[in-house]
Amino acid sequence: MPSDVDLAAVWLTLKLATVTTLILLIIGTPIAWWLARTRSWFKGPVGAVVALPLVLPPTVLGFYLLVAMGPHGPVGQLTQSLGLGVLPFTFPGLVVASVLYSMPFVVQPLQQAFEAIGARPLEVAATLRANHWDAFFTVAVPLAKPGFITAAILGFAHTVGEFGVVLMIGGNIPNKTRVVSVQIYDHVEAMEYAQAHWLAGGMVVFAFLVLLALYTLNRTGRNL
Amino acid sequence: MSIEARFRLDYPDFTLDVNLTLPGVGVTALFGPSGSGKTSLLRCVAGLERATSGYLTVNGQVWQDDARRLFTPTHRRPLGYVFQEASLFSHLSVHRNLDFGLKRTPVAERRVGLEQIIALLGIGPLLDRRPAHLSGGERQRVAIARALATSPRLLLMDEPLAALDLKRKGEILPYLERLHSELDIPVLYVSHSPDEVARLADHVVYLEAGRAHAAGPLNEILTRPDLPLVHLDEAAAVLDARVAGHDEVYHLTEVSIPCGRLAVSHSALPVGAPTRVRIHARDVSLALQPSERSSIQNVLPATVLDVQGDHDPAQALVRLDLGNGAILLARITWRSVAHLGIAPGIRVYAQVKSVALMD
Repeated sequence: MPSDVDLAAVWLTLKLATVTTLILLIIGTPIAWWLARTRSWFKGPVGAVVALPLVLPPTVLGFYLLVAMGPHGPVGQLTQSLGLGVLPFTFPGLVVASVLYSMPFVVQPLQQAFEAIGARPLEVAATLRANHWDAFFTVAVPLAKPGFITAAILGFAHTVGEFGVVLMIGGNIPNKTRVVSVQIYDHVEAMEYAQAHWLAGGMVVFAFLVLLALYTLNRTGRNL
Repeated sequence: MSIEARFRLDYPDFTLDVNLTLPGVGVTALFGPSGSGKTSLLRCVAGLERATSGYLTVNGQVWQDDARRLFTPTHRRPLGYVFQEASLFSHLSVHRNLDFGLKRTPVAERRVGLEQIIALLGIGPLLDRRPAHLSGGERQRVAIARALATSPRLLLMDEPLAALDLKRKGEILPYLERLHSELDIPVLYVSHSPDEVARLADHVVYLEAGRAHAAGPLNEILTRPDLPLVHLDEAAAVLDARVAGHDEVYHLTEVSIPCGRLAVSHSALPVGAPTRVRIHARDVSLALQPSERSSIQNVLPATVLDVQGDHDPAQALVRLDLGNGAILLARITWRSVAHLGIAPGIRVYAQVKSVALMD
């Protein structure tokens, strides 16, 4: 049976994934919208930066975040001057890292959804007296709904599956930064295979259910 | 009441450069081959395309004047736009598509009732459906109704029939003709179909390679010898007419045109109703004397304006003045021209073999 410590890790993981997904939907949407609609020269570089976590080893991202957010890094200096202390080895630090790490999984499906809509529905909205904001919320967002569902599910699931970045900047502090993937690692290190099985098996079931939901929703979404 | 439009739009491989004064009433067709800039011009009028420099007033309202840095964005221009593809919002029902523009139109500016529009376009039974469950023709009717629901001061239509097959076209054209006769909204209608132009337009702008080559009343443009329209197989004159009476015995309807009378197949239109007739050049033959003993009953006295070559070297195109500014086209052989001595100024009788009533 999973212990209290295991359940605390599960709870922390869900909390981290939920907060990260919400933040990503809020900041990822304008980024995806801009990437989908701009003809600016910056589109390539910005798209590449957003996609970096897809190809970088998590340890690389974690290392630079650790340096940047540490007491002598630029972000660390800023957070200290704002009276927030330093972020590494705290839950907010994990959130910041997760947001960057999971960003492509939210931005890319949204960008594809916005690109698929094209300019026409927004032009139609303009000829029907809707200004840009109005058209965005009443036309673009509803038409991109399958993209939002995909983005939310992928962002959430990918944050749940995070390990390397957490270890680099979060460490292994119970109730603060010890998420499920780290807890499994601890169990295995301590030869507690039964405990590891509970959590690892749970993760497999969770991942399967998430992907099943994604494919089912996307199929019905297309039929609408 | 007029629309003044001056636009210059520079693209790497195309330049639109027009300076037009159009009537602020009725249907004005923007006509020309594909790539002539018809749609670009319409998009400039809508504010969807930002011209390099532009000036636009619609019945006294300035919508754009780049010299004074004045540009009203599309959503604040009181216009309706019907795109080539219906472009309905797929996430909304037909009813909510219609409501989209209506509820964004200030109450004080609403002049057309939604019920009237729904009846005019015959879409009452479709209101609860989703766009995905409509036929192409139904979708386009909903799109037209959606544009009308905003009580536009100017209706822009970009080849609304081009994406439809012949049967669907026939399904929509009567609605467009009703729109023309029942609603008092000026329309700019983009088309490359001479048939649609003949049926719907009052005024025509002929565009080619980004420039307006000619603009004028429908029949003037249809019969102008320097424009390609007169050389089409279906070259025709379109004359305004009024129903004068019905002949129940022979199933005919008599219509009066500015310079005489014509009998056409029986029509359901009441006596006195305005209509228009189309007479193809190939259906008109010429005689020097009125022939009593002929099966052709529609004969109009006319004066020859000019005779010119046609795409077929055997054929000549004769332009005839019927009086009162009405011009008719006749396509006859050069041998007949020589035989009858047809030349400018000659008095002839135009024998009209077939007349089509257009609405």
